[in-house]
Amino acid sequence: MTSLLSVRDLRVWLDTARGPLSIVDGVSFDIAAGQVFGLAGESGSGKTITTLALLGLLPAGARTGGSAMLDGRDLLAARGARMRRIRGREVAMVFQDPMSSLHPMLTIERQLTEHLRHQLGMGRREAHGRAVELLTEVRIPDPEAALRGYPHQFSGGMRQRIQIAIGLACEPRLLVADEPTTALDVTVQAGILRLLHRLCREKDLAVILITHDLGVLSALADTVTVMYAGRVVESGPTAQVMGRARHPYTRGLIDSLPHPEAADRALVPIAGDPAGPESRPPGCAFHPRCRFSEPPCRTAVPPLVRIDDGREMACPVDPLVASLAP
Amino acid sequence: MSLLELRNVEVVYRRPDGTPVPAVAGASLDVDAGEIVGLVGETGCGKSSLARAAVGLVPVAAGTVTFEDRPVHVLGRRARRPGERRLQLVFQNPYESINPRRTVGAQVADAFAIGRTLPRSSWRRRVEELLDRVGLPASMAGRFPHQLSGGQRQRIAIARALAADPAMIVLDEPLSALDASVQAQVANLLVDLARDLQVGMLLISHDLAIVRHVAHRTAVMYLGVVVETAPTAQLWQAPMHPYTQALINAIPHADGAGHLPAALTGEIPDPARPPSGCRFHPRCPHVMDRCVAEVPELVAREGGRAVACWLHEAPAAGRPAGVQQAAP
Repeated sequence: MTSLLSVRDLRVWLDTARGPLSIVDGVSFDIAAGQVFGLAGESGSGKTITTLALLGLLPAGARTGGSAMLDGRDLLAARGARMRRIRGREVAMVFQDPMSSLHPMLTIERQLTEHLRHQLGMGRREAHGRAVELLTEVRIPDPEAALRGYPHQFSGGMRQRIQIAIGLACEPRLLVADEPTTALDVTVQAGILRLLHRLCREKDLAVILITHDLGVLSALADTVTVMYAGRVVESGPTAQVMGRARHPYTRGLIDSLPHPEAADRALVPIAGDPAGPESRPPGCAFHPRCRFSEPPCRTAVPPLVRIDDGREMACPVDPLVASLAP
Repeated sequence: MSLLELRNVEVVYRRPDGTPVPAVAGASLDVDAGEIVGLVGETGCGKSSLARAAVGLVPVAAGTVTFEDRPVHVLGRRARRPGERRLQLVFQNPYESINPRRTVGAQVADAFAIGRTLPRSSWRRRVEELLDRVGLPASMAGRFPHQLSGGQRQRIAIARALAADPAMIVLDEPLSALDASVQAQVANLLVDLARDLQVGMLLISHDLAIVRHVAHRTAVMYLGVVVETAPTAQLWQAPMHPYTQALINAIPHADGAGHLPAALTGEIPDPARPPSGCRFHPRCPHVMDRCVAEVPELVAREGGRAVACWLHEAPAAGRPAGVQQAAP
């Protein structure tokens, strides 16, 4: 697989009075064109910060280490106009709440053609034609009328489609979608998932899908990386990681979800709460919540080890992992 | 008589230009002691308005709300009537429903001060009992909300409701602001409380999957009306209303199978101008002529079910149903 984006040992930290505070610690992954890469985790897992780092959108004061190569250029090193050009042309973003990422006072046409005119230098008429095409592509009924409308005139699902259309305007190769369906109703969500699936296949678009919803990941992602407290705990093909979860945290997450096929089974929650950056336990950060934890888990950070079924996981207790660890 | 009875409830808001918007357009529902009834539906279906009407937070334009055989009064400037204190509400967002500047213990004890149900000397012990009841250590009483996680805050919100010694708790999306691993903890807590304390619960949620694990019965709302109610297991095994079927089919499964969920065509209509006949007909894959012209009533079926759909025309004389009890 030739990867479009290759992230190696990505680290994000804040310099505080009490020393560096680690937010994301050693995340690596590859994404190929036409693939959906899913990044899963709960609050404070670092999944959103990981992608903000790739986009150069971290808040001031956050520091980064490692590399993120997009076609031989390091996204982490790009600054200013160069980063803006990458963000505008090659990497697009879709966020959770289209009501807050769309400008409420500007028409859809203005917001959709701004990119086309600035980044691609299109004239007004050409940009208008392309905007109609884009809205048609994301299945907005009556695109001409929609272009004259304002965000509040559309439903949540339609606004998310418009946001995706804006993201696609400059034909990016990578789309970063952060909880793109979380604010939507389930029947509307299904429509957006189908849309993303089609776009990914038709346009050979690579997608980073960030979500806490493992159902959404299962539906869309080709590969999944599960993060906990800033580190990757398990990653690999979706069928393996979601279908036969192996890390105690991934398994715990799946067991705590309502299962559509087994209603009589009680929900099995994970004890305790997710650990935020300020309160990360030493060793494997999951150990205080883990049913299988053993003394070594409390001291040493387990390395991410590749297993022969194609997945990687970081758990010293798993017998296979234990036998493979250096 | 059920503990909480909603009969043909209508809730009407007004747009700034005066247009009436019927958010709830004639919904009926019952909840018994110890029973958890899930009320599911999507944005704008009126489930939160119905929940608010159930506890008197919004006035009903028509219909009745009865709790322990007495009508529920709309909350005004006066103190809530003592009998109605046994009807409690828990909100969605525990970051907003709890006062950030007061300790957890003081907030849980509010109900004792208001209800004058307990001598002050026993407050502390009772607060600790309630914290234990919702799975929190007694030491939490001295903490402030910012020191707690989302799941702990939602437990505090539930403890506050329990402090009033309720017979019935209405919960408006109590799980949706929580992480998945924590959501299951609180969901299980609700099941335990209903069983152990014989509290009735009306659980409002957009998440049909979690409701399936928690609720004994489930009611599905669409555009202001209840379209189907059934014992939860039956609703999932054989959903009768096409909208219920669409909701279930749209849920993505976390099984790694890469199965794309089914989408529902169209958009939810403006409640101020609902479609004629069955309100779901413009989006329904099984629409017939009759659906456009005639409003289907919520009609009782076998097995404690009820459905409002012309596909399932009543076998005999159509009895308009409130909501029947599931067979014990």
